[in-house]
Amino acid sequence: MPHLTTYIGLADHSEKTLADSFRAVANGHAHVADVFHTCHLLAGWSDANREALAPIIERYGEADVDEPERLHAAGLAGARKGEVGLLRDLQDLHVLASLVQTTWTVIAQGAQGLRDRDLLDLAQHANGQTSRQLTWLNTRMKTAAPQALIVAP
Amino acid sequence: MIDRIADIYGARTPHARGTVWPARVDQYLDPGVEETDVESWVQSACLLCSNGCGMDIAVKDGRMVGVRGRATDVVNHGRLGPKGLYGSTRWAHSPDRLTRPLVREGATLVETDWDTAMGRIVTRSRALLEEKGPLSHGFYTSGQLFLEEYYTLAVIGKAGLGTPHMDGNTRLCTATSAAAFKESFGADGQPGSYTDIEHCDAIFLYGHNMPETQSVLWMRILDRTRGDDPPRIVCVDPRRTLVAQEAERTGGVHLAPRVGTNLALMNGLTRELFVNGWVDDDWVAAHTLGVDDLRTTVEEWTPEKVAEVCGVDPDDVRRAARIFGESEGVLSTVLQGFYQSHQATAASVAVHNLHLLRGMIGRPGAGVLQMNGQPTAQNNRECGADGDLPGFRNWDNPEHVRQLAEAWDVDVMTIPHWAPPTHAMQIFSYAEAGTIGLLWISATNPAVSMPESARIRRILRGDQCFVVVQDLFLTETAELADVVLPAAGWGEKTGCYTNVNRTVHLSEKAVDPPGEARSDLDIFLAYADEMGFTNRSGRPLIGWRTPEAAFDAWAAVTAGRPVDYTGLSYDRLRGPSGIPWPVNEEHPDGTDRLYTDGVFPTDTDYCETFGHDLATGGAVTETEHRAMNPAGRALLKGGAYTPPHEEPSEDHPLRYTTGRTVYQFHTRTKTGRSADLDRAAPDAWVELSAHDAAERGIEEGDWVRVASPRGAIEVRARIGDVMDGAVFAPFHYGHWEPDESSGGGHADAGNRLANELTMTVWDPVSKQPTFKTAACQVTRLRAGDGPSPAPTTTASAPATAASAPPQRRPRPTAGGGPTTSTELSSTPDYALDPAQSRGAR
Repeated sequence: MPHLTTYIGLADHSEKTLADSFRAVANGHAHVADVFHTCHLLAGWSDANREALAPIIERYGEADVDEPERLHAAGLAGARKGEVGLLRDLQDLHVLASLVQTTWTVIAQGAQGLRDRDLLDLAQHANGQTSRQLTWLNTRMKTAAPQALIVAP
Repeated sequence: MIDRIADIYGARTPHARGTVWPARVDQYLDPGVEETDVESWVQSACLLCSNGCGMDIAVKDGRMVGVRGRATDVVNHGRLGPKGLYGSTRWAHSPDRLTRPLVREGATLVETDWDTAMGRIVTRSRALLEEKGPLSHGFYTSGQLFLEEYYTLAVIGKAGLGTPHMDGNTRLCTATSAAAFKESFGADGQPGSYTDIEHCDAIFLYGHNMPETQSVLWMRILDRTRGDDPPRIVCVDPRRTLVAQEAERTGGVHLAPRVGTNLALMNGLTRELFVNGWVDDDWVAAHTLGVDDLRTTVEEWTPEKVAEVCGVDPDDVRRAARIFGESEGVLSTVLQGFYQSHQATAASVAVHNLHLLRGMIGRPGAGVLQMNGQPTAQNNRECGADGDLPGFRNWDNPEHVRQLAEAWDVDVMTIPHWAPPTHAMQIFSYAEAGTIGLLWISATNPAVSMPESARIRRILRGDQCFVVVQDLFLTETAELADVVLPAAGWGEKTGCYTNVNRTVHLSEKAVDPPGEARSDLDIFLAYADEMGFTNRSGRPLIGWRTPEAAFDAWAAVTAGRPVDYTGLSYDRLRGPSGIPWPVNEEHPDGTDRLYTDGVFPTDTDYCETFGHDLATGGAVTETEHRAMNPAGRALLKGGAYTPPHEEPSEDHPLRYTTGRTVYQFHTRTKTGRSADLDRAAPDAWVELSAHDAAERGIEEGDWVRVASPRGAIEVRARIGDVMDGAVFAPFHYGHWEPDESSGGGHADAGNRLANELTMTVWDPVSKQPTFKTAACQVTRLRAGDGPSPAPTTTASAPATAASAPPQRRPRPTAGGGPTTSTELSSTPDYALDPAQSRGAR
């Protein structure tokens, strides 16, 4: 199952990238109180997914294969400034979270085929949590967009 | 003759379960005024808390000189509280009333005429519209205007300008009530009724210090707890309030969770219902969605785990849950201890969950009262000046928006419905950045009431945003404005408002406003006229000139919605009592309680919202809602507990919480101008437990410094019955002071504003700011020369265990002018009262 282990590695890596990026956006927009607190909360959800994945990585091993590497998205090193900057940062987080979500979808399919109940439960739970992250990002972007696009300097 | 400062609740009229609450008429007249001197009594309702007591205003020589409760009103059966008695009319003839408009000239505000003041507003407004469009305008209103005023402003903002930036200070007091209703039941609307008090056998008060916030409702409860077959009281509060003492007296429970841990406690209570089989499975299956997820969410919350997180006794959790699980009828009430605390919406929704799990809703004695803070907060929610759409319409439902566009005869695209309406904290952030360039504040005082005051003052004072304030007085906020407009107040104008349990009252004009002051309705109409807002037919957008015509226009847009006013008119409201909505052909006499058939407004095409993720505020989409197909079933929504945003640390080891006293209302604009009330609670204080005080060498009356990471206050200490580790400060006190003869003249007036310490953070769903969780430290500054100014009659009473030195011993709070209370020998007939023969059970 070399490719499943590759995707398990991808899940671990992309959740870490997402968590780091949520924290970068939180701290970069710390004066926007809801963004600060919610991004820290959502980073914690990605941490929790990785913790739950750890024993499964022990079981399967985490392959370091070249092929899906181009799927690895770079995280956000720092946050942009202002209302338009926030909008773009949220959009970047959405891209990263989408990669996480499709990764969990693919893993769930593999777990079904292998009848690995533990991995399936985890992949489905993690997928649900990623959906909640994406929903918040969507909602927050919709809220921020009019003022940022029309009125902000 | 009764001193209602010392005797807040007056004499008891105890009665047995299931019988009608007796009537007692309370009256106050100014010194020197006899009843025979009163020239007219003008029908109204009290505007000094959210209870909505029916009252008449006494008028003599063109002045308001007193008040009396209306015996025939369903809300109060004639009673009034101390704020209503002593505080309703005194402010009106205060010498510092605003009587002329003011405009800013450099560092000072100077008097001017209306044309000049309105001219400045309109010039700025037009320039901003041209340069940046409608999103450059923001409106921050109140919980104290009349519904005609809110609705008129809502139409101006949503259909005239087209800005989504409209909210009220209702965001600070009642937003969580509305949000919790929407999440559980699909739409706003109080399910229960005050008449539930007469029929229940248990009352749970969650973060609700009712004896101070709604004293007349507390009288109604006391008349049951002191009568035959009394209900047991369960109190959730970190202070040993009068509610807590009544819980002890009735064999109930006082749960004092650590500040910020409400949801952990609620999850524990919910789990107890599941594990003890106190769930009505058939009712839940027929009338709710989500029970399995809720069971999973609360599974880990054993009483022991609750005890560890909340600092309560695990057996108290079991006892409280047993009372909920085994009572025939439970009434729950909820207020700021939940709304202004951490995880506000999730914790308030959890109260609904308990009722839904037991099928305990929609019948006399089994109800929920999510309270409001302010008297007309409900109307702001209904009329849409607070960021909702009028008539509990769903901004995410194109058909609902179309209905409004049709009623207003405007293009649907004008109405800002493409994003959630902007909440107050966000409006102030936009004003801070200057992308809102005109902020219009009516009848509220955010410089005192909003969190992190230093930031709010900076925003209001700065050049980046033009600030308009309309108010009765030059408040701490008005001082920072660019234009100040003098407004007429209660009794000086006509209009309607709706209380916590949906009861609509008409308040008639009793006297003329002073000087050039104008009603808020007339001010909004003047702006609309000057701006020339028109509809698609080219006619004026606002087609009314009088309060009554505004009311009729409002009633028309409520047709077919849960908040149906179509059966109400000024004539109907001139009857013996206020009338609870919905009032329509199906319910011509109004409606005592909602959801008697267990059908909720959750249908996808009818609901006010598709709902949110309680942890993040992420919006549920229409597609997701349709797939869930609630179809009239209520939603059981659980949430995971997370620790508060700011936990105690080495530098700030105590938990800071803010609140109220019975003698003051909001930022004291009215109550501070009644000498009877102001002398009872003349200055700020801070409450510490005896243990925390002793650790710091602090005695009763010592001056102390209370500091959080954001700011500090210097006030006197009351050694009180607050739980160890918690610090309580009243939020009423800004730097404004009445003159010394009325109890003013305090040295600490510039250093006592409780919101200097609070955080800029809000609930993810209701967007209500969190005033009740911050970390702080208290240090002793110097000895005081007497006791602290905290009242002794209520939750701020000195600790029973503390022993103050003789000169510091608190003197009992007293000294209100004479009032009368008359018990009626026969109780009037109250429409819809289930305890009377006419009532529909």
